[in-house]
Amino acid sequence: MSIPVLRAQNISKAFQGVKALDGVELTLRTGEIHALMGENGAGKSTLIKVLTGVYTPDSGGIEFDGVAIAPGSTREAEAAGISTVYQEVNLIPTLSIADNILLGRQPRRFGCLRKGEMKRRAEAALARLGLKLDVGQPLNSCSMAVQQMVAIARALDIQAKVLILDEPTSSLDEREVEFLFGIMRKLRKDGMAILFVTHFLDQVYAVSDRITVLRNGKFVGDYQAAELPRLKLIGAMLGRNFEEMEHLREETAHAAPSRKVFLETHKLGRRGIINPIDLNIAAGEVVGLAGLLGSGRTETAKMLFGIDLPDQGEIQIEGEKVSIKSARQAVQHGLAFCSEDRKSEGLIPHLSVRENLILAMQASRGPLRLLPRKEQDALAAHYIRALNIKTPNAEAQISNLSGGNQQKVMLARWLAMQPKLIILDEPTRGIDVGAKAEIEKLVHSLKSQGMAVLFISSDMEEIVRTCQRVVVLRDRKKVGELSGEDIQVNRIMNVIAHHDE
Amino acid sequence: MNDPLAKIKPWFQGVSLFWPVLGLGLLLIFNAVFSPSFFHLEIRDGHLYGTLVDILNQGSKVMLLAIGMTLVIATGGVDLSVGSLMAIAGAVAAMLVMKISFAMAVAISLGLATVAGTCNGLLIGYAGIQPIIATLILMVAGRGLAMLLTGGQIITFEHPSFVFLGNGHFLGLPFTVTIVAIVLCFTLVATRKTAIGLFLESVGDNEKAARYCGINAALVKVMVYAYSGLCAGIAGLIATSNIKAADSSRVGEFMELDAIFAVVVGGTPLTGGRFSLVGSVIGALLIQTLTITMYNLGVAPAVSPVPKAIVIVAVCLMQSARFRAQILGWFGKRRIAA
Repeated sequence: MSIPVLRAQNISKAFQGVKALDGVELTLRTGEIHALMGENGAGKSTLIKVLTGVYTPDSGGIEFDGVAIAPGSTREAEAAGISTVYQEVNLIPTLSIADNILLGRQPRRFGCLRKGEMKRRAEAALARLGLKLDVGQPLNSCSMAVQQMVAIARALDIQAKVLILDEPTSSLDEREVEFLFGIMRKLRKDGMAILFVTHFLDQVYAVSDRITVLRNGKFVGDYQAAELPRLKLIGAMLGRNFEEMEHLREETAHAAPSRKVFLETHKLGRRGIINPIDLNIAAGEVVGLAGLLGSGRTETAKMLFGIDLPDQGEIQIEGEKVSIKSARQAVQHGLAFCSEDRKSEGLIPHLSVRENLILAMQASRGPLRLLPRKEQDALAAHYIRALNIKTPNAEAQISNLSGGNQQKVMLARWLAMQPKLIILDEPTRGIDVGAKAEIEKLVHSLKSQGMAVLFISSDMEEIVRTCQRVVVLRDRKKVGELSGEDIQVNRIMNVIAHHDE
Repeated sequence: MNDPLAKIKPWFQGVSLFWPVLGLGLLLIFNAVFSPSFFHLEIRDGHLYGTLVDILNQGSKVMLLAIGMTLVIATGGVDLSVGSLMAIAGAVAAMLVMKISFAMAVAISLGLATVAGTCNGLLIGYAGIQPIIATLILMVAGRGLAMLLTGGQIITFEHPSFVFLGNGHFLGLPFTVTIVAIVLCFTLVATRKTAIGLFLESVGDNEKAARYCGINAALVKVMVYAYSGLCAGIAGLIATSNIKAADSSRVGEFMELDAIFAVVVGGTPLTGGRFSLVGSVIGALLIQTLTITMYNLGVAPAVSPVPKAIVIVAVCLMQSARFRAQILGWFGKRRIAA
């Protein structure tokens, strides 16, 4: 069979004491497509950055063709024969295809570009992919798929033996994905080793020969794709062993018969973002949105909150059809949205804890009716105590707090509004266990106060612990709904893994 | 709680005034040593005269521009059009003042400057054009518009009230000082005694997060550019009154750059967020003191931008935490080496 071309052993890398990679292994053989799987924070991107010389590992070594290498930069990794196509295509849209393929290594004579030679080499690189394109046309006149191909052609021009594709399919439609797979299979036949990173399960099984799974920075296993059932793969990614799965769920508080639906959607969707979805959430109910990364959880939340506007379907609040066209309007309807991306969508980094905390409330009061300073201080003091926020004082700059405490301030910002529905997108991501438990407890108390909660989390057990109903998404589609006794980790995973609708 | 500064602290929050104050202090000490007449003050006809008074009087235009500019920069933008808006306001006022009442002339010219600023804001807030481009349009076109209004002529006027605006005295000091004081106090109250300051800082610091909180970021931007236009209009009236004529080709020329310098020297970062109006006013005074120091030392006007640039770079570098750390690092290394 095929021989190993790249072998990374015992790779560890820590950032400020936090282990991003801990003894990870990866072996790529010539002529194989190797999927790298893992949930968020599993260490996939860190591993890729180690392989491509962006990071230097703290320990462990990389062997390439049996020779130890230690790339210090992307350029060195490319020179060694490891080429990467990143998720966000790193090309220059206004330049021609040929320019993009050869950028930084254009053939030159006396300092001048050799246009003819460039055209020839660019065409040759594309020919290896079975493509014939006018290499003189600007890149931005091509579709996303072709741009992706150009990025791959660029990677191939450097005589790479290993090609890393980081989420190449996330912006492609089905037909384009098929086309890309065709090219990947062709390259495999030519003896290239391809490392394929994706979140889409179907795609992994469509092309991969082997699968390496990482979880929390640790190596879980290296499997033959054909011998690894979907359920096992999901289990490996999420860290659950099915045989010994215990019944975790506390006795379910069955939804009260006098259930009063607060928010309802009918066929709400947006082309290319999320397929039409039906949801309903009642007051005093915690509804979970489960699914793997990229399954459309955040997209659904943003659609409800007026950030990504739907192009079909409708939203009803307390039985009345409403149109929510901005976050402002969503807030006016009693919605609150605590984003998963705290840094870019939540924090106002240079302002104080107090200012961050009162911001949503102040925004709803308008600019002129400043919340009296006494009330601001009282609110800040109340939530700092109630949520156990660890900060020197309310005037501390929020960026100096730890992640978990920042998250609590974000929660407090919305709780102060006393919303009717709060959307929590990954409220416990990247925070320590203690804070995590406190936030779960808080969700329970919000529920008993009659608030509707839409709870999004990658942590299945957390979903099982907190939710009365769970809507399961896969590949931007709603694929199932569980309630009551059915809410169990293995049931949810079954729905995610299940092949057909 | 017993902190005696607790009451005034909110006015200066977030931005350190240490470096601009130090810069201004050093400059004054330099002058005290090299030009003894610098601190000489005398009272003639009940009015105070002297170099320090000149700094306040001549610096009034940049101080006014810097106040408006501070709010713009706090939202992460910049307003290049203020110099041209000064020319428009001055031209309109000079043409109208002999025909209609003084109050009406002032109201119309300031209204026009505010509307022009609002246009900037609409382009930036709602059309999503980059601030530097949107205001560059008016910077170039605005001066042309002023020339068009005046027919390319310098318009002179004889009107005691209008002349008083830029040349009169009030409470022993030039009247311009009173104008600056009023605008500064009004702006401080309007930003810090309402939530406007908080909204400005939020939009400048993280616009997306601010919008997700329900803040109307576009409207916030329109408001700051409109206000910057108003401040420019006031500065334009003073500049026109100073020379008793509307010289559209020269009024406020390059003054937008002085205003931006003043804001940056005053400690408000160009990236937006926390702002300090007091800092910007100190920054404007520092720049004006520098200009007058240059005159006093007999530096030719043509070369005076060079030392000015050096001082500004020095103050900005001192404000940069990274630069200070670097310098300390060098000294640290040297000490280890020695």
